[in-house]
Amino acid sequence: MEVSNYWYFLSGLTLLSALMVVLSKNPIHSVLYLVFTFFCISGHYVLLNAQFLMAVNIIVYAGAIMVLFLFVIMMFDLKKNIPDSKTNLTKLAGTVVAGSVLVILVAAFRTIQYPTPDESTFNPNNGMVENLGKVLYSEYLLPFELVTVLFFVAMVGSVMLGKREVGDRNF
Amino acid sequence: MEPTNTLFMAKAVIILVVFAITLGVAAYSTYFERKIAAFMQDRVGPDRAGPFGILQPLADAVKMFMKEDFIPSHANKWLFIMGPCLSMLTALMTSAVIPFGDTVTVAGVTFDLQGIDVNIGILWVFGIVSLGVYGILIGGWASNNKYALLGGIRAASQNISYELAMGLSIIAILMFSGSLSTKTIVEAQQNGHWNIFYQPLGFIIFIVCAFAECNRTPFDLPECETELIGGYHTEYSSMKLGFYLFAEYINMFISGAVMATLFFGGYDYPGYEFVANKLGETPAAFIGAGALIGKALFFVFVFMWVRWTLPRFRYDQLMNLGWTGLIPLSIYNVLVTGIGILSGQPIIAGIAGFVLLILGLIIYDQLTVKKKIA
Repeated sequence: MEVSNYWYFLSGLTLLSALMVVLSKNPIHSVLYLVFTFFCISGHYVLLNAQFLMAVNIIVYAGAIMVLFLFVIMMFDLKKNIPDSKTNLTKLAGTVVAGSVLVILVAAFRTIQYPTPDESTFNPNNGMVENLGKVLYSEYLLPFELVTVLFFVAMVGSVMLGKREVGDRNF
Repeated sequence: MEPTNTLFMAKAVIILVVFAITLGVAAYSTYFERKIAAFMQDRVGPDRAGPFGILQPLADAVKMFMKEDFIPSHANKWLFIMGPCLSMLTALMTSAVIPFGDTVTVAGVTFDLQGIDVNIGILWVFGIVSLGVYGILIGGWASNNKYALLGGIRAASQNISYELAMGLSIIAILMFSGSLSTKTIVEAQQNGHWNIFYQPLGFIIFIVCAFAECNRTPFDLPECETELIGGYHTEYSSMKLGFYLFAEYINMFISGAVMATLFFGGYDYPGYEFVANKLGETPAAFIGAGALIGKALFFVFVFMWVRWTLPRFRYDQLMNLGWTGLIPLSIYNVLVTGIGILSGQPIIAGIAGFVLLILGLIIYDQLTVKKKIA
């Protein structure tokens, strides 16, 4: 079987599950479809021979962030929130925003014209952990370290917000 | 095309055998759990079905299948069914990257006793472990029962908290092997250079986290029956409940195998070279696979031993241990490992770090105790 067939299959699945995220009425179903979308995207990473990205995508998005999403949504009383939580105005605004983002993305991709790599000089191990690590710690060291500082600030901030002060109630 | 096909067949056979072993071990874990509990409490345990009660798992399976399969009327039907399925799926997927043995040659085909040797093996294990919570969380929510929901939420927050310390304890291993592939990690530990000698602290952190990730006592808060009736599986009956319990035993066996792979040399055993010289590489590799399974079974026993010895934690104690105990400890472990690698004396650094830590804890404890008295 040709690799491109896998690609068509995966892309179709990705689009379908991404659509279902938007279309399903139950927020829990939406979150689960979103998790499935992440899996499809991980499949794309495998096709691009970027296994590290695939694993990290699953660990970080499917394994941690979406669990927290699910966690929060499960706390809601869904029956109370379902009808009429979206007015026509919000629906209209959402459509306009999403449509303009789509137009911008399509235009951007059309102008960039990402070049197809040359088969003779292309290194198939580009996406492997070793190469990624070397690039991150040599060429992009400063942005990488800045991102860690950003994460650290976010962590300290959340600890500060979550901390109970003397005299506060327990919950 | 021919060699690819035979290799494919060999891999398919390996995966089938690993499945069979995992399921068989999980089935007999239920029997041995009850036997061990009986032994520790000075009872006899199951002894009616077959000699020594050895057919008890079969009897239990028949019982589970024959029971009424009940779905509560207010439950979300599809998600209710999906919960146990996801639990089983994620429990079974981890074993794909565990190297069960070295290269063997059977009927002219040479292959590794491993499902897939990918260069991200450890990350794969880690990813599947982090997905393991979905089954519990979805089942707990779909039951539409507040106790089940509380159990699911407890499981989610517990898993997320302990994953961090687990990942940090694995980082110290990766610093030694310099690779994410489980095969390379095992090969680096051959001839008795097991990571446990270099990483005593890392192993303790890892095993504590494994207990929490498998939802075993002392961390089985998601199914704490004194507070939550049955926890996330309160509404489940019949084989759906059976799958949840089964997934737990599979997780125990697989995490035992992962611990053996990471810290106890995988398929390495004393006298490997001698056996390889006497009998040839292939029998030695098969004995190695047996050694790995033996180590994993020992860890299953440790899981049971702890279950019938220690009482359950309180939930705030559990969170405290995870966030303020294990995460700083594992960062300390990474530092000690770094010092060991830079100084060229990893064993001494590892053990010295451990001793220093315990000394520090004792001194700290003594100081605070005196303050409390004064």
